Amino acid sequence: MRRGLRAAAPLLPAAFVFGASFGVLARAAQMGAAAAVVFSATTFAGSAQVAAVSVLGAGGGVAAAVAAALLLNARYAPIGITVAEAFRGRFLRRLAEAQLVVDESWALSGGGTPRFDRRVLLGVGASLWVAWTGGTAVGAVAGGAIDPGSFGLDGAFAALFLALLAGQLRGRRAAAAAAGGAAIAAALTPFLPAGLPIIAATAAALVGWRRP
Amino acid sequence: MSAAWASVLAVGAGTVVLKALGPVAVGGRTLPPRLVSLLSMLAPALLAALVVTEAFASGRRLAIDARLAGVAAGALAVALRAPLWAVVLAGAAATAAARHFL
Repeated sequence: MRRGLRAAAPLLPAAFVFGASFGVLARAAQMGAAAAVVFSATTFAGSAQVAAVSVLGAGGGVAAAVAAALLLNARYAPIGITVAEAFRGRFLRRLAEAQLVVDESWALSGGGTPRFDRRVLLGVGASLWVAWTGGTAVGAVAGGAIDPGSFGLDGAFAALFLALLAGQLRGRRAAAAAAGGAAIAAALTPFLPAGLPIIAATAAALVGWRRP
Repeated sequence: MSAAWASVLAVGAGTVVLKALGPVAVGGRTLPPRLVSLLSMLAPALLAALVVTEAFASGRRLAIDARLAGVAAGALAVALRAPLWAVVLAGAAATAAARHFL
């Protein structure tokens, strides 16, 4: 857990500021402060929450907002399976610990690799949850003008995923899977709703089927 | 119930189920080595896809905008073996600067 906290430390300010900006966006889309905070505490997935709020704000309706958010979160099914083996114990404990799986906690703990460490995942996930939910509360209550764009946070997350990817690129098969995943996501983005190109990119992992 | 609360509760419940699928349904059992090998390739494939969508996707369009400066700065920081916080900071600063000056 402590190693997880240390690993998460550089991300906490960004998560807090992103959470605060989500709180501001939610209020602008007529969502109450309590609903915004409950959203962050239960869903704990920024891109899906921002997507749902923007659809609601544009008058897209509940069904469209829920579908957009769950499509963005569907990647957590394959991501959860990559770390499933490490989760032991009672049903409720696994259910609770699984909620701390987010892209950053999964990647920083070596998710999908033999080095995966469940305690690092829990440490990163728990500290990010506090920063994300706390940031949302501050943003939703204060309702100040925090624009993620003018802080460059959107580009920062792309850079973050790039850095996490660099840590995963060991061997030619991993490089092939990454190239394939990037190509699939880029090729399908014009044709599919947001979130689906990322799910489709998991097809590139088929390079792992052949034994080395 | 308001549209906001209905969305919050539906997305929250759905996400709890999606995240629990692996750890609750598969947890505690060992997987065949070939499947583990395949699953280990999910990490680079998904992360590369997230880089592409975070950097270039704008709705359904692929767009080249200020985020590209952030990714370039991030790539430079990664190449220089900078710590993660420096990569994040470089990405944010370059994106904000490109958005402001271009």
